[in-house]
Amino acid sequence: MSKILVAQTVVKRFGGLMAVKDLELEIEDKSIFSVIGPNGAGKTTFFNCVTGFYKPDGGDILFQGQSIAGKSPDQITKLGIARTYQNIRLFANMTALENVLVGQHIHLSAGLVGSILHTKAMRAEEAAAVAEAKRLLQFVALTGKGDFLSKNLPYGDQRRLEIARALATKPKLLLLDEPTAGMNPREAEDMKGFIRRLRDELQITILLIEHHMRVVMGISERIAVLDYGEKIAEGNPAEIQNNPRVIEAYLGRGGAAEDHRTAGSIPATAAS
Amino acid sequence: MKTQPATVFQTSMRFGLIGGGAAVLFSLVGMVEVFGQRTIIGGVVSMGQAFVAIAMLLSAYAAARQLSSVSSSAMLTAGGLTGVTVGALLAALVLLGTSINIRDVFVSASPPLFELLSFGQSPVPGMLLLLVAGMTMGLAAAALLFLSPAMRSTAISVLLAVGVVGLLADLLRIIISQWAYVAPLVEWVFSGKGLSVPGALAIAAVVIGLDVLANRRRNKAHNLAALPATALQKRMRTGALMALLLVLPLLLGTYVSEVLDQVGLYVLMGLGLNVVVGFAGLLDLGYVGFFAIGAYVMGMLTSPELGLASLSWWSALPIAVGVTVLAGMLLGVPVLNMRGDYLAIVTLGFGEIIRLLALSDALRPWTGGSQGIQLIAKPVVGTVVLDDQLKLYYLILAGCLLAGFISSRLRDSRLGRAWMAMREDEDVAQAIGINLVATKLLAFSVGAAFGGLSGAIFAAKLGAIYPNSFGLLISINVLALLIIGGMGSIRGVIVGALVLVGLPELLREFAEFRLLVYGALLVMMMLYRPQGLWPEEARKLEAHGDGDNSNGDQTAAIPA
Repeated sequence: MSKILVAQTVVKRFGGLMAVKDLELEIEDKSIFSVIGPNGAGKTTFFNCVTGFYKPDGGDILFQGQSIAGKSPDQITKLGIARTYQNIRLFANMTALENVLVGQHIHLSAGLVGSILHTKAMRAEEAAAVAEAKRLLQFVALTGKGDFLSKNLPYGDQRRLEIARALATKPKLLLLDEPTAGMNPREAEDMKGFIRRLRDELQITILLIEHHMRVVMGISERIAVLDYGEKIAEGNPAEIQNNPRVIEAYLGRGGAAEDHRTAGSIPATAAS
Repeated sequence: MKTQPATVFQTSMRFGLIGGGAAVLFSLVGMVEVFGQRTIIGGVVSMGQAFVAIAMLLSAYAAARQLSSVSSSAMLTAGGLTGVTVGALLAALVLLGTSINIRDVFVSASPPLFELLSFGQSPVPGMLLLLVAGMTMGLAAAALLFLSPAMRSTAISVLLAVGVVGLLADLLRIIISQWAYVAPLVEWVFSGKGLSVPGALAIAAVVIGLDVLANRRRNKAHNLAALPATALQKRMRTGALMALLLVLPLLLGTYVSEVLDQVGLYVLMGLGLNVVVGFAGLLDLGYVGFFAIGAYVMGMLTSPELGLASLSWWSALPIAVGVTVLAGMLLGVPVLNMRGDYLAIVTLGFGEIIRLLALSDALRPWTGGSQGIQLIAKPVVGTVVLDDQLKLYYLILAGCLLAGFISSRLRDSRLGRAWMAMREDEDVAQAIGINLVATKLLAFSVGAAFGGLSGAIFAAKLGAIYPNSFGLLISINVLALLIIGGMGSIRGVIVGALVLVGLPELLREFAEFRLLVYGALLVMMMLYRPQGLWPEEARKLEAHGDGDNSNGDQTAAIPA
């Protein structure tokens, strides 16, 4: 199987802080790959490097063999990478349907003149885009909620709408940043099934940041563990669960309570 | 209940002091006196008195409404007490002003003001009258709350209608006397500078009649289950509106046409700035720059005075708009990476730079310096020269319709959605694949084009332009009318322009207090109606879309 995303000694510094340090990752095409680690381990920073929000200070990131380090976010999206955000970032004052329509931006071609004149081609494209947006809303179980302003949707709906918006860009690789944050175990379980469907039905490679260990262990084929910006372990779920360095990173040396980094993020279900 | 009297008292005091403070302020800045010269009902109520009455009514109404859950006696007490408090504050002002001279500080605290406030009586009975008036107004306001909602809205409509007609009396008088059949009514309805008593009563009767009819129709429609307007109904409504817009200046005469022209130029600018600020969220405080460029290019190309070129208005128009668009892009490039406050400051500078360039001696051969440019060509259609307010009205109307059409088409397109996405969250918009450079530059260009068009018409309308006509205040006016009308709302632009440009023109006395009124209006809008007077409703794309037959293979919904 081919590698869809390869990170080669990626470095990202913020002043004196090494947020990501010589990170090496290889992600199989059409796999579900999770990145875990304590708060501040550099997971979201890595996501931001992949999606072009940050330019890595060193190393390279290859997407389907092509270097994307330093490209702008819109260029990277056009190549086929989409993402969601840890704290939901929808276009709050636009309707759910409009959010998904904006997601299709790169696949539509109407320009200034066509839009003003309402050319036949433009009208056909627009109708197809609306139909596609409705289909995506249906896929994420938001049928009939297209006319709601996205800020008025309940939390779980907003999470799924954000995924629908990302899917509208027709990505090959989807980065999900804590998709189950703030969800109860039942909702998280539903989300787990949904993520698996994204891969199985839409053939999208999933790169996941997640704290819910039940979700991570349940759906990932491979897991990488970051701590202080460095990869300390990689393997399948069983290997990760028994890796002493991982347990140490999460629980501190000998489970000492003074390790403040893990406060609030100790995964209760880590060692099932 | 023991706490109740205190609550009533506190509420009345709070609203009374606010209302009274406002009334005293309006008196001291001279508004009451200036408006005292305008009568609403001849010999009965002047606008100045109406101001004071409005302060009493509004504060008492607010106080009484606050207590509507307590008891009706509490409401009446609070209403009366609030009104008396407002009256007492004004009485105190009269006492202060008539006993010592405060004119050194408050220029407007003049004897005519105090005479007006004390109803033409000597101070002591005048002060008593103020208290009584406060009490009466307060009780009346509280009593309004006991009426049924329909009756209350009728009562408020009557007050508003009489007020507005009275205010615009001298203007309406001129307009109506042009209409052959109703002209004889003029002498009966109006007296002096305001309405006559029978005139006011007649207007009240007409408003009540219309209200009753409207209510009856509404009830009927309610029974039939309100259906959405059909395409035919919509088309008929649009047709009627168009017909009205076409005959409006003919009905209203020269002066109102002039006002409509100015409103129209501001609508054009408002539509342009609405694209930049309302749609794309790029706060531009130098919008007047585009207006100026449009006007100056038109002047340079058509005025024989400068000897640069003497094109006709129509052949210069595309060049003027084109240059403005270019300027929009040139402004856009350096500010691409700026956001919010920084963008506002830079664009503010841009507007000033354009004005200073027009004023500069170095560019005098092209811009005429402080002398400006005269003899600017008038547009010619066929053999008709558009040289008066009435003919220019149609040109401006055409411009506004075109700009409104383009705005609405763009709003509902891929580009409009990209603008709005950028307004909501620039980073995410970029991450979804939107090219920020192109999208921002397009917003600046379209906005600039409308401003340039407005400027080109403005230049032709006046026939002469001077750097001073393009000050910062125009940018602020345009931005303010967007806020008043509703950011991003096309119809809001029209309402905003009518309120901020049309009303002050019709009420000349306002001009002096324009900025004070702006400030108060903007603060009130932010507090009570941040979405604007007439915001765009959320569009319903899903409700009337047709393509819902595409259930492909991915239909199973995940359980929510």
